[in-house]
Amino acid sequence: MSEKNRKIASDIESYLKEHENKDMLRFLTCGSVDDGKSTLIGRMLYDSKMVFDDQLSAVEAESEKYGTTGDKIDFALLVDGLQSEREQGITIDVAYRFFTTEKRKYIIADTPGHEQYTRNMVTGASTADVAIILIDARKGILTQTRRHSFIVNLLGIEHVIIAINKMDLVNYSQETFEKIKADYETLADELGIKNKYYMPLSALEGDNVVDGSKNMPWFEGKPLLELLDSMDITKEIREENFRFPVQYVNRPNLDFRGFCGTIASGSVKVGDEITVLPSGKTTKVKSIINAGDITEAKRDKTTNEAYAPMAITLTTEDEVDISRGDMIVHTKAMPRVSNALKVMLVWMDEKPMEVGRVYDIKRATTLLNGTIEHINYKVDVNTYKREQVEKLGLNDIASCKMVLTRPIAADHYTDDKQTGSFIVIDRITNNTVGAGMIVDVAKRESDKQPQENIFDIWNKKKQSLENKKGLKHFNEREVVFINMGKNIGYEQDGKGEEFLRPVLIYKKFNKEQFLGFALTSKKKDNQKFYIEVHHGGKTSYVILSQLRTYSAKRIKYKTEKKITTKKMREVHDKFVSLITPQ
Amino acid sequence: MITKEKLTHLRQLEAESIFILREVAAEFSNPVMMYSVGKDSSVMLHLAMKAFAPAVPPFKFLHVDTLWKFHEMIEFRDKRAKDLNLDLVVHSNPEGIEMNISPFEHGSKVHTDIMKTEALKQALTKGGYDAVIGGARRDEEKSRAKERIFSFRDKHHRWDPKNQRPELWNVFNTKIDKGESVRVFPISNWTELDIWQYIYLENIEIPSLYFAKERPVVEYEGTKIMVDDERMPKELRDKAKMEMVRFRTLGCYPLTGAINSTATTLPEIIKEMLLSTSSEREGRVIDKDQIGSMEKKKMEGYF
Repeated sequence: MSEKNRKIASDIESYLKEHENKDMLRFLTCGSVDDGKSTLIGRMLYDSKMVFDDQLSAVEAESEKYGTTGDKIDFALLVDGLQSEREQGITIDVAYRFFTTEKRKYIIADTPGHEQYTRNMVTGASTADVAIILIDARKGILTQTRRHSFIVNLLGIEHVIIAINKMDLVNYSQETFEKIKADYETLADELGIKNKYYMPLSALEGDNVVDGSKNMPWFEGKPLLELLDSMDITKEIREENFRFPVQYVNRPNLDFRGFCGTIASGSVKVGDEITVLPSGKTTKVKSIINAGDITEAKRDKTTNEAYAPMAITLTTEDEVDISRGDMIVHTKAMPRVSNALKVMLVWMDEKPMEVGRVYDIKRATTLLNGTIEHINYKVDVNTYKREQVEKLGLNDIASCKMVLTRPIAADHYTDDKQTGSFIVIDRITNNTVGAGMIVDVAKRESDKQPQENIFDIWNKKKQSLENKKGLKHFNEREVVFINMGKNIGYEQDGKGEEFLRPVLIYKKFNKEQFLGFALTSKKKDNQKFYIEVHHGGKTSYVILSQLRTYSAKRIKYKTEKKITTKKMREVHDKFVSLITPQ
Repeated sequence: MITKEKLTHLRQLEAESIFILREVAAEFSNPVMMYSVGKDSSVMLHLAMKAFAPAVPPFKFLHVDTLWKFHEMIEFRDKRAKDLNLDLVVHSNPEGIEMNISPFEHGSKVHTDIMKTEALKQALTKGGYDAVIGGARRDEEKSRAKERIFSFRDKHHRWDPKNQRPELWNVFNTKIDKGESVRVFPISNWTELDIWQYIYLENIEIPSLYFAKERPVVEYEGTKIMVDDERMPKELRDKAKMEMVRFRTLGCYPLTGAINSTATTLPEIIKEMLLSTSSEREGRVIDKDQIGSMEKKKMEGYF
C-alpha cells in the first residue's frame, strides 16, 4: 500500500480537508504521436493511479488489436478516445484528461501536433496555464517545435516546459540534452518566451515523469510531476483591473434586479463606484452575492467583496440600464472603448475568411457584428516570416484590423484573456470559424463618453420639426439652410447639431413645399453633375443628382442673395438634359 | 490593493459550471436540465440553485422515467422537486408502456433503446427544447473526453464527432437554427472524486442508495442486483440474500450492479472510491458490450 493510500485508509477526514484546499492547473501537451505524447499522458494517468483495473484490462485487450508497442501496454490507448482515431492511430481532436496529486487537480488538453490541426492546438492552448512541448531527443528541434512554440506564445501561455523525450534511445546522453536546450534557447529568444523549464524524459520507461531517473543522475531538476506541483501560476489580483462582463439579468420580481456574471479580473467591494460600458452610466455597488456562498437554507446571502474568477450577482444603487453584453468596471480605472481593434486572428474554417464580409463576433458575453477591414500580414507559423495576403485559409494566423458595428470596452489579450479574446461565427452556417486576440484598441472612440446614436438624435429633431408652428416664407432661386437629416446615402448628411445643409429652391409648389437641389461647398470639376453658383459672395456647387421635395418646416434660415435668372436657366437645362433618356 | 488569492479547485469548478448555466439561461429560449436523480444530477441541481439565487432556476427539469428505476429514486425526485419548487417534467415512452418492456424479458439493449434512448428523443421533441443540460463528465468514458461543453445536435438529435465546433476560452458559440439543439455539459471538467468531495463540502442531499445498507440482492448476468419490486422474476427473487451493499451509480434497478460495502458515510464512500480498483461505469451494463459503444450510442442520440 502506498503512502497516499495508507493516509486515506487511516484518516480519510484529514485527507479530505487537505484535498479541499487544492488548486487547479491546466496544461497543454504539444507534440505528435511520434514524440510519445499520448504515452506520456498515459504514463502520468497510470503512475498517479488515475487508471482503474477495468480500464487497464480494456486497454490491454485493445493493445492487442490496435497497439503499436508489442507486448507492453500501449499507454497511448488509455488516451486516444474515438474509435475512428484509434483505427488511424492518430489523435485528431482536443481531448481533456484529468488527474490529481496531493497538491493539485490537473486538466490536460491533449491536442494533435500536425500542421493541419493547428486550430485544435490553438483551442487546447486557449485555456492552458502551462504548456509541455515535446521534443524527440533523436531528432532535436523540428519545424513542428517552432510551430508549437509560436502557438503557445501567441495564446499567452506563460510557462513552457520543454520535455526532451525518448532519452532512452540516445543512451540518456547529457550532451544531446544540452545541445537541444541550447538550440531551444535561440528559438525562445526569437519569440520572447520567458519562463522555460527543460526536462530530459523517457515516457515509455518512466524516467523523470513521476519519479526521478536513475539513468540520468546528471539531471538536477525535479521530475515532471513534481515540477508541475511546485509551479507558481497564481495571478496577481489587482483591484483596479476589475472587469465584469454582464452575463444575465436576474429579475425574479420587482424587488430584485441583479446582474449575474463571472469576474474576469480584479476585485469589487460594496460601495465601489462603477461605470457601465459602453453606455458610460455610473452608479455604486449596492450588494454582492457570491454564488459559491449560497446554500439551500440561505439563498440571499451576500458578501462584502468578491474577486476573479468568482461567479457573482451584483445589485446597484441606482436603476441604471444594464444588459447582457455590457461591461462593468471601476470608474477610476476604465478601459478603452472602441469599435476599431487590431487583432491576431486564427482562421479555423475550410471556407476562407473574406475581407469586408460581416461575421458575428462573440467577445465574453457580448455578441455583435464585425468585419475584417484589412489583413495587415499573415505569419508563417514555421518560419515566423510575414507575408501580404488577400484572404485567410484554414489554420492561417494573421494580424488584422477588425471593425465592429458598435464600440465595446476592450482590453489587450496580454492584460486580460477573458476580455481580450473573441470568436468569429459564420452567420449562415453558425459555425465557429475563427478565434482572435486583441492586440491594440484604436483611439477612435476612446477617452470621450460614448455618444447617443446619431440616428436617434435626428429622429428626435425630426419630431420637433413636425410639431413646429408657423412657416418661413420662401421663393424660387433662393438658397436656404435646411434641417437635412442623417441619411445613409452618398453625401446627403446635414452637418452639425442641426443637421443643416444649403439647398437651392428650384420649384415652389405652394407655401408649404418645394423642390430643391442640395448644394456643396467642395469644389467640383465634373460639369455633368455639378454647376458652380454664386450667392451672397459665396461659391457653391449645385448637385444635380440630389433633387427632392422639402417641407417648408425644414427651413432653418435663408441666405441673403438669390441666384441669378440666367444661372437658374443653366441649372434647369443641365438637369433636364441629365434626366432625358439618350 | 494587490492580492494573490486563488480559488480552490472545487470553487473554480463551481464558478465555471455556474458560468455555463447562466450562459444557457441567457442565450436559449427553451432550455431544460436533465434530472436523473443520481449524484451528478444532485450536484447540477445544487449549482443551478446557486447560479440564479435568490431566484429559482429559470428552466424546466426533465426526468426520463424508464419505469424500472429504484423506487427510492422516484420518491427522492418528487420530494426534491416539491421542496425546491422546481418545474419538473417526467416522461416515459408510451409505446414502451404499451409493449410492457422489461429488462428481464427483453434484455438490457432493447429496454435501454426503447425506454431510455427513444424516450429521451420523444421527450426532447415534445418539449421543443433548444438546449438540454446534461450531467456527463469527460472522465467517465473516452469518447466523452473529446466532447464539447456546448455540443451541437442536428434536427435528429445526432452528434457528429468529426464535425464539432472549436471551443476556445470560455466563449461558447450558442448559435443554432430552428429545430437544432445543443447538449450542454456544465460539469464536463469534474471527476468522480470532485463530485464526491463537493457533495461532502456542500452537504448536498443524495439518495440513500449510495450508502451501504442490508439489502436483498441476487446474482444476475454477472452483477449483483437488488430486489426492488415484484416484477423481478420469482425464481430470481427466491435466490435473494440480504447483504451489506451500496450503489456507485443509480439507474434501472435490474441493470445497476450493487457492490459489497460498509460505507455508510460520505467520507467512507470517498475512501472506498479512492482505494478501489474499478471505475464507476463497471457497474453499468450499457457500455460494456464493445469498444466505442458509447460513441455509437451518442451518434444515435443517446445522451
